[in-house]
Amino acid sequence: MKSFSEIDTTVKRASKSVGFDWGIAEELGKNIRLLEMFGLPGLKNLNAYFKIYRQKQFQKISLISKINSSNIAYCPIIAGINFLDQITNLEKMDEVGFENMSFPLLFIPFLSRSTEIIGKRIFLNIDGKEFLLNFNQSIYSNFLSGDIIELAKIIKVKFIENKNTFSENEWQELYELSEGTFVEESEQLKKSAAGAGLTDND
Amino acid sequence: MEVQLRDPKEVMKLSRLGSFHQSKLSFLRSFLREFKNWKYKRDLLELDENGFGIVVYSFRKKKRIYSLICFANKITDQERSDRVIATKWDAAFTLFDGIPTKQDIERLKKNVPKQEVGRMSYKELTLSRANKSVRIFNYVAECLSNGQQPDKNKLAKVGYLYRTTAVYGSGKFGLADRFRIKNREEIYGPFRLEMMLVYLVRQFTFDQVNHIAKSKNPKKAVSLDPEISRNLGIGNSTGLGMAPFIVNHPLLLNNWIMAREVALKKIRQIKKINQSDVDLIINCLKSSQKNIENWNTESDYQLSKINHLKKDLDLLIQYFLTRFDYKKEFSYNDLYIWARKSLGSECLEFMVSVIMEPYEKIVSPLIKTMSADEDMYFTIPINKTISDLRNILELNYTDILKIDFTQKENNQNFWFISKNKEEPRLANRFKDNGSELEQPLAIARDICQLYQRISNEKNSLTIGKFLMNNNDLRHVIRRSFITEKFPYAEIQDNTIGSKLMPIDMLRLKLSFFGAVKFDPRSDKWLRICMFQGAPLPNELKTTNDHWVYNLIN
Repeated sequence: MKSFSEIDTTVKRASKSVGFDWGIAEELGKNIRLLEMFGLPGLKNLNAYFKIYRQKQFQKISLISKINSSNIAYCPIIAGINFLDQITNLEKMDEVGFENMSFPLLFIPFLSRSTEIIGKRIFLNIDGKEFLLNFNQSIYSNFLSGDIIELAKIIKVKFIENKNTFSENEWQELYELSEGTFVEESEQLKKSAAGAGLTDND
Repeated sequence: MEVQLRDPKEVMKLSRLGSFHQSKLSFLRSFLREFKNWKYKRDLLELDENGFGIVVYSFRKKKRIYSLICFANKITDQERSDRVIATKWDAAFTLFDGIPTKQDIERLKKNVPKQEVGRMSYKELTLSRANKSVRIFNYVAECLSNGQQPDKNKLAKVGYLYRTTAVYGSGKFGLADRFRIKNREEIYGPFRLEMMLVYLVRQFTFDQVNHIAKSKNPKKAVSLDPEISRNLGIGNSTGLGMAPFIVNHPLLLNNWIMAREVALKKIRQIKKINQSDVDLIINCLKSSQKNIENWNTESDYQLSKINHLKKDLDLLIQYFLTRFDYKKEFSYNDLYIWARKSLGSECLEFMVSVIMEPYEKIVSPLIKTMSADEDMYFTIPINKTISDLRNILELNYTDILKIDFTQKENNQNFWFISKNKEEPRLANRFKDNGSELEQPLAIARDICQLYQRISNEKNSLTIGKFLMNNNDLRHVIRRSFITEKFPYAEIQDNTIGSKLMPIDMLRLKLSFFGAVKFDPRSDKWLRICMFQGAPLPNELKTTNDHWVYNLIN
């Protein structure tokens, strides 16, 4: 088994070797490590992408808009880097779409790290494969095959407002149960148990 | 009294960092303090009459066990080499997490002696190899087999029976990743398991030499005297492989230096000083005089530094004996102000190390601050502006921005990774091939380029937008923002200039390890000694922490 440290270092070097700048190569080392840690086939997808990276042409998007479409497939790494660098503007758009992106799995860790910056979850749909990116702590997905995804036709990125998964009623019910650990205070205890002075403002 | 931390532009110069000495903060000493109450045991010794075979040692406390597995092998004199290109060693070691099974040992027997080309697993924590000292190992075995102790003077010239040539950890070659074990309190200090490995290897060298002597002459042989053993450490041969580490881990570098600087600041702020504390410092200084006499090297560079140290150490001791008034408030601050004016870097930094000795309460809490979660500061703050970046560069890289990289001598070298051994190397840009594959270690040059690049940008432009067209400088933009929060994160020097002494970078790291007797063999590699004078495993509980200053014969 390869350690995550080995994955990070080798990916960084390989990324520089195919032509990415050192700063981006550093990001990729961390990203593939992240994907592998979350059980997604990052290294496999990166390896497949790098095999064709020098032979084929990819669209290197710089400014990301609400809808991004290109006849030439987007490079997931450049799209990802710019997504990460522009996240505070993109967040305001609620939803961002891409049409035609190569190896979209490589785009995911940039989004995962973006969730940590903005403090919001991101819901990602890649041609029906769904991913919920949770503050860079975990990735919840229905994509379990571990395959290489060479191309995504439609990618939808949705920013999820911070809200609870439960109703106020459900909260109240649980809160009432928690009150079972509280002690009813006598008048004497109200005066003495908190440890404050005899007057409120001394 | 409020004393300021020392200016990073003064402390982080390579010539200063290359004058650092071991201290109470050093990793091998904090390792010994942490593990002094652990139960030590030699679990297995299966060596043949020539000392070849397997030995296992362990440290245990409650349910936690660390086992060192040693594989001693036969190699020819021609095969023995300290250089990283070697493929065979006298002994190879791995630190195992728990108690190894027979299957584990069989698996490791096939892999550990191969080192970089073997495969470890997440059950193994560190990996190393070592070679016998040709100068003294056989001599010691011979003496012991004849019932005699070896000549102490002869041993003092070397200082060890074995020399390690690399110690690996943190996920290398399949070893356990740091995150798997990072929450264990006993290893909160950096490199603690690497230190454990080296310490137990030292014990292996004594056990092996005793075993060989006994096998040779069972009736007459004696064991190596514990006092002689105590005065032997483990040698280490270190090349350029270690140098880029301190550039590649800015946060860790900051935390090491910061701990040292905070310790110094707090000591300078001590108002009332106890006489016993001053006595301890004076004793350590006096003992050091003898130890420095035994600091052998053929390097003119180091000899000159040692001579300055000896001269200045006399001055320092004189200051303590004649001018230092412990009854006066804040006398350590007066001492520091005098020392900064009167002593060279080598002795000034030696003094900084020694004055920590009495102050366990100051030093101990700092040990846990010396690790780093580097991922926390990896992401570039994209909402900051060019104005913010410019301020950081002008404030934190003042001297670096003065370097003219159009001058050939300032741009002479480049760092690369050798294809042969996947290790860092340094070459001349104008003579050697490969500069197009340069590693991102020319921080000063790239910072200057960044400063130039932002000179025409609007102050209000965000870093996120600037990066759209400037990703080639992304690596130094990241570093710049790290230095904003961590002032000692960056070496304030040119790491590719013609005057670069790479051994300064090595010495900085090795001083934090706790190494002594730096012996440069060229400007790119040096030999050192670790654990010389340290208590033996069965003495750990009863030895005081100042053993490093004890007189070494």
